[in-house]
Amino acid sequence: MPRMLPYLLLLPATAFLCLFFLYPFVQVAHDSVMRNAAYTLENFTRMAGHWKFSTAFWNTMLLAAVVVPIQLAMALTMASIVTKLQRGRSSILYIFAIPLGISDLAAGLIWLSVFEQSGFLNSLLVGLGVVDQPILLLGYQNTWVIFIAIVLAEVWRATAIMMVILVAGMGLIPKEYGEAADVFGASRWQKFRRVTLPMLKPSLQTALILRVILAFEVFAVVVALGGTQLPVLMSETYHWQFQMQERGVAAAFAMVILAVSVAFTILILRLLHVPKGARV
Amino acid sequence: MAVIEIKQVAKSFGSFTALHSVDLTIADQEFMVLLGASGCGKTTLLRIIAGLETPTTGEVWIGGRRVDHLPPRERGIAMVFQNYAVFPHLTVFENIAFGLRMKKVPQAEVDRRVKRTAELMHIEQLLKRYSGQLSGGQRQRVAVARALAMEPDVILMDEPLSNLDALLRLEMRAELKGVLAESKTTTIYVTHDQVEAMSLADRISVMNGGRIVQAANPVEVYRNPAARFVGSFIGNPPMNFLTAQPAGAGKWQVAGQVFDGPAAAAAEFAIRPEDLHPSESGLPAEVRVVEPLGPHTLVTASVAGQPFRAVLESTLTPRPGDMIHLAPVPDRIRWFDPATQSAL
Repeated sequence: MPRMLPYLLLLPATAFLCLFFLYPFVQVAHDSVMRNAAYTLENFTRMAGHWKFSTAFWNTMLLAAVVVPIQLAMALTMASIVTKLQRGRSSILYIFAIPLGISDLAAGLIWLSVFEQSGFLNSLLVGLGVVDQPILLLGYQNTWVIFIAIVLAEVWRATAIMMVILVAGMGLIPKEYGEAADVFGASRWQKFRRVTLPMLKPSLQTALILRVILAFEVFAVVVALGGTQLPVLMSETYHWQFQMQERGVAAAFAMVILAVSVAFTILILRLLHVPKGARV
Repeated sequence: MAVIEIKQVAKSFGSFTALHSVDLTIADQEFMVLLGASGCGKTTLLRIIAGLETPTTGEVWIGGRRVDHLPPRERGIAMVFQNYAVFPHLTVFENIAFGLRMKKVPQAEVDRRVKRTAELMHIEQLLKRYSGQLSGGQRQRVAVARALAMEPDVILMDEPLSNLDALLRLEMRAELKGVLAESKTTTIYVTHDQVEAMSLADRISVMNGGRIVQAANPVEVYRNPAARFVGSFIGNPPMNFLTAQPAGAGKWQVAGQVFDGPAAAAAEFAIRPEDLHPSESGLPAEVRVVEPLGPHTLVTASVAGQPFRAVLESTLTPRPGDMIHLAPVPDRIRWFDPATQSAL
């Protein structure tokens, strides 16, 4: 029956998602409110009561608040440049996209090799005579260096995914709108601000949601560069699950990350909402 | 006041030459139509005037100022695009106000101008809508209003009516003519539609193969085509062409008939289909197809083996296969040089 065919074709994927996504999700949600075989909010109180929780929470937020805007600005700039290129466009896209092919742990390790005590940066500083001997950059005395290193690694690693989405989005804007803006007196900046950006909203939505959610889940880069010096929500989740063997508290952390992600997704959807009739 | 002068403008895209050294002067407040088939270079020329394309060589002057090195926004122009380019993310009001906002015109003045042009284009009830909620005809009106609101010296129009259906096109054409005449701007209007060109233009520049073949008023272009191409492109049906043999002393023999013609080595006889009437002494034509069109009858025939069309009184109804004789109106006969294709 041709009418049933689309549903039949979608069935395997739907079943797969239910089995391997929806079921574990319900399980985690369940775990977060379950303790000693009874429904309780104790997991959440334990989580929130721990001294590292608010540090981890605000570290995560601060990282996202610093990383995502930098990435957005860079991705927009890069996408604008790439879109204008007459030739060599795909080669440049490929080069920009190389960090995307590297796992986040590997990315963290690459930047560790830059910042660690025997790393490239120290060799350079010593070689130039700026310092007498290698200094401990990623120590607990200066977590701000760890923070900067994480920001650098994250920007280096994950800006390209935003750029790729924005390049595709810019390609969808008909050229005539830009020309109309030129003719009607828009400067480059005005054209970008008043025409390109608003018409890019759908792609901006996708790129931002994707990046913000991934920023809340930042983990491997943080662990590689900071160890436990800079706790974030994901590393705490990991810590409670595996070191403390507190499945319920880990699940509570997961629910917090989920809640934050959902809240920001809704916020981004609202902020970048395109009214009906105003779509291209 | 804006006279537009185009001086030896040429444009190549790689090995393809879109424009060959075009010279054209458009008078202040003139309505100039660039007419030609697709690929003739008319849009390229318009885009060069707009500044959306840079000429390979040559100069563009607007209002006594050389502008070919300036960006579009410094040229004092406004433009209506073929696909309207009405911004989807802005309301009709903000679309019309777009150019004024870029120039940071005070709000009161923006309100005044948007209101005035919206009334002029009969879209004042649509100001709060987005372009996605408008019909093609309404979008077109917004695009024109946006250009008029700038009160520019020059309005450039790139096939503005080509995306409208036939009836709407007719209506908009008459309206545009009125509105633009009132606005006292210099207008350059690109189209491939000869009827549009004839009805709107003060002057038509007929373009072919990257060159302006003729630039003259519509009647002149129609009656006295400067080149064979112009005669064959303008007019529906187009001009008829017949080979002619010299018969000495400025006389030429065409399909067995002798006509007075130019003193030249070779010539081609040309006549418009409506400048023919049945007469015993006319050109012998074998009727192929007869199309009664109401006000007149279109007859497709063959004269000395060459295709030939005549527009006759609808009371005349020859039948396919008939032999008829068609006499040309003597002062409407035109002659072309078969080698250079230009008028003799």
